[in-house]
Amino acid sequence: MSAIGEIGRALNEAENSTAITPRPNEGHLSIQNVSKIYDPDGAHVVAVNNASLEIAPGDFVAIVGPSGCGKSTLMNIVAGFDNVTSGLVKLDGNDLATPNSPPRPGPDRVVVFQNGALFPWKTVLENVMYGPIVQHKMTPKEAEEKAIDLLAKCGGLDKVADSYPPQLSSGMQRRVEIVRALVNEPKILLLDEPFRAMDTVSKTVMHQHLLEMYRVCRRTIVFITHDLEEAIYLADRVVVMTSRPGTIKSIIQVNLPRPRVPDMMLGAEYLALKAQAIAGVHEEAKKAFERGEKEHA
Amino acid sequence: MRNGEAAVQMPAGKKSAKRNKLLKKLNWRGLVAIAGFFLGWHLVVVMGLPGFKEISSPLMVLQTFFGDYLTNSVYWDSWLQSFKRVIYGFILAQVIGIPLGLLLGTRESFNNLVYPVIEILRPIPPLAWVPISILFWPTAESSIIFITFIGAFFIIVINIHDAVRSIKKEHLWLAQSLGANSRKIFLRIMIPSVIPSIAVGMTLGMAVTWNVVIAAEMIASDSGLGRLTWEGYTSHTVSVVIIGMISIGLAGYVSTAVVDYLEKKMMPWRIAR
Amino acid sequence: MGTPWWRSRKFWLMWVGYICAVAAWYASVKWLPIDAFNRLPDPWTVAKEWFSPEPVYGVSIFTPVYYDHILYSVYRATAAFALAVVLGVPLGIIMAWNKTFDAYASALVGLLRPIPPLAWIPLAILMFPGIELAVIYVTFLVAFFATIMNTYVGVKSIDQDYFRAAASLGSSSRDVLRHVIIPGALPNIFTGLQIAMGAAWFSLAAGEMIAAQYGLGYLIFEAYNLIQFPTIVIGMATLGVAGYISSAIIRVVGNRLMRWHAQSFGMGG
Repeated sequence: MSAIGEIGRALNEAENSTAITPRPNEGHLSIQNVSKIYDPDGAHVVAVNNASLEIAPGDFVAIVGPSGCGKSTLMNIVAGFDNVTSGLVKLDGNDLATPNSPPRPGPDRVVVFQNGALFPWKTVLENVMYGPIVQHKMTPKEAEEKAIDLLAKCGGLDKVADSYPPQLSSGMQRRVEIVRALVNEPKILLLDEPFRAMDTVSKTVMHQHLLEMYRVCRRTIVFITHDLEEAIYLADRVVVMTSRPGTIKSIIQVNLPRPRVPDMMLGAEYLALKAQAIAGVHEEAKKAFERGEKEHA
Repeated sequence: MRNGEAAVQMPAGKKSAKRNKLLKKLNWRGLVAIAGFFLGWHLVVVMGLPGFKEISSPLMVLQTFFGDYLTNSVYWDSWLQSFKRVIYGFILAQVIGIPLGLLLGTRESFNNLVYPVIEILRPIPPLAWVPISILFWPTAESSIIFITFIGAFFIIVINIHDAVRSIKKEHLWLAQSLGANSRKIFLRIMIPSVIPSIAVGMTLGMAVTWNVVIAAEMIASDSGLGRLTWEGYTSHTVSVVIIGMISIGLAGYVSTAVVDYLEKKMMPWRIAR
Repeated sequence: MGTPWWRSRKFWLMWVGYICAVAAWYASVKWLPIDAFNRLPDPWTVAKEWFSPEPVYGVSIFTPVYYDHILYSVYRATAAFALAVVLGVPLGIIMAWNKTFDAYASALVGLLRPIPPLAWIPLAILMFPGIELAVIYVTFLVAFFATIMNTYVGVKSIDQDYFRAAASLGSSSRDVLRHVIIPGALPNIFTGLQIAMGAAWFSLAAGEMIAAQYGLGYLIFEAYNLIQFPTIVIGMATLGVAGYISSAIIRVVGNRLMRWHAQSFGMGG
């Protein structure tokens, strides 16, 4: 069955069902004057400089920029893998990251990783069940039911429930990883350049899958990428960052209607947005290139 | 972590930062552990705990060393003897083992013929060869070098054999399609791909070699650091035993360092780990 | 290839190789005009001795004393190995996981490791209340260091992302240990265990030759002293077989525990 056909089927199935509990008022992320400096007394690398961003519940926000612009650092801060040097991050009014607090990752902000972090020693099903079980939120039976249900609703992945991740294609792996994140009903879904290593065709298919999952399990999504086109196509707002010191250069509102279809990428509105974004990024990308920036700041 | 205002450098913080850097480089915890070890050793001997009644304390070992051994030519001769055996056996193993490994990895028929025999001989511990070796070789010296050779030989052959067989076929096909003849493929692709495993084989082989030499000397020789240690045992002078052990450890450490250095030279493209 | 593996060229060449090796051995002992070779026992004599119900020197597969020796060696090797695993794997994990502990432990390991395990034999005999324990200790030491090193490397080589993913999914430290560290390091741990087993046998043989009574190493050395040359080779061969079987057992156990590893390779990943 073709990818588009699969999606159509999912659309029909998911029409009247909610895959996970909707939380329309949760996932309000507030990033206030956040700075991150590595080795303050030594090399003094300013990865993020005074970034501020408000993300409403259910928003799909893409953060774009060249290498070393701090987008991954920002994500790490929100995810809780790193702390802020100054500034504040609040989630639904509660402090998430302050300069004095140790970094704290958690299932309210689950991350999907660039190179894929599905546990290769667990089956797809075991991977997806992992979160609810270790959080002691469900019994294994309940977790299994919910996992199968969600896997099925996100493109019929329940068929590979007993396979091991290395046996799947990278596209399927990535989808399973997103399901693994969603099953925890997080307030925010963080995606760190998840489709980076994929070819154009697979990427296009993955975009549709992601958009469908977004429709079916609406959550705040923060999507990191270096691919402008991808960012504009998927998101409600595109945050353009510049490289060191990493600052937010501009925030572009994407008013394309949902559901998004690939044809939109040929439309005038999309091209205009793209031009707007490129203007901002190109200059910075050149600078980063000349500086010989490495990919992971 | 530090607090706020990191955008502006604070001059007061610089001094403590420098001190912290130095401390970090020194691994003070490791030194504490080592000091604790020697202290514990000393205490245990002084208190006469079971098992340690006959053992000498670190101080006694030092005394004996500086008194009788530092200037003793027999002692340093032992170093020489052991090192000689190690070097001969090790180099012989590399000289025979590396070409053999390459041959096994490249010629399929030869591999199928010979490798199973090697696989059968491999699990036999090198020291089990001692009696046969003594029977066979005319001098004790050559029989010890043979044992040393056996230890390092199998390691290097197997390492190279595995490495050659795991060279991606694609690399070979690419070279062929670019018009390289067999000799060029051998020199330009095979050798560089194999060098890391030669390095690993040498490091492992060196460690095994020392192990083997010491035991072989204990069993079958009248000179060398292993013999020295054994004689300390038979004469019930424990300090000598400990001196022997430390000397062997040092000698092994030095050899491994040399091999590591060679390894770095062989592979300048390896990023420091 | 359409033919089953036991009919393949590779299989036949292997046997040709074995036969040639044995023939060369025989020829060199019997016909080579070099005295050194002539003194060695030839394969025929060894085989006759090994499988004879009434062996000239008293050791064959029919004599109970043969199995006594085997049992002693196997018992020592297993005891030392088990101890090394029980102590070494957890220690390796803690060292790789906890930086503070690592700083202390690595220094101690670095201090003691360069000393070849066999150099400990004289000291061990003095320290331990019996030869048995001393030999087991020396065998243990080798396996212990090998296990720690490989476990350490195994844990360190687990991709950081897995730890992050586990944290992001709400894992406690115990969860990380059980669901990330142990499965993630298992391949390396098992390689380490195989190496440790081989090293254990190696050390054991030496320890037995130097200082023990009973055991295959002892058998070999005794046979040499009593000029029972075929028995030397019997001992060597038995040691080889024992070492091989024990490593094979570990490998099989490893493959069962790591079905996910084997499976993914099977799928051509």
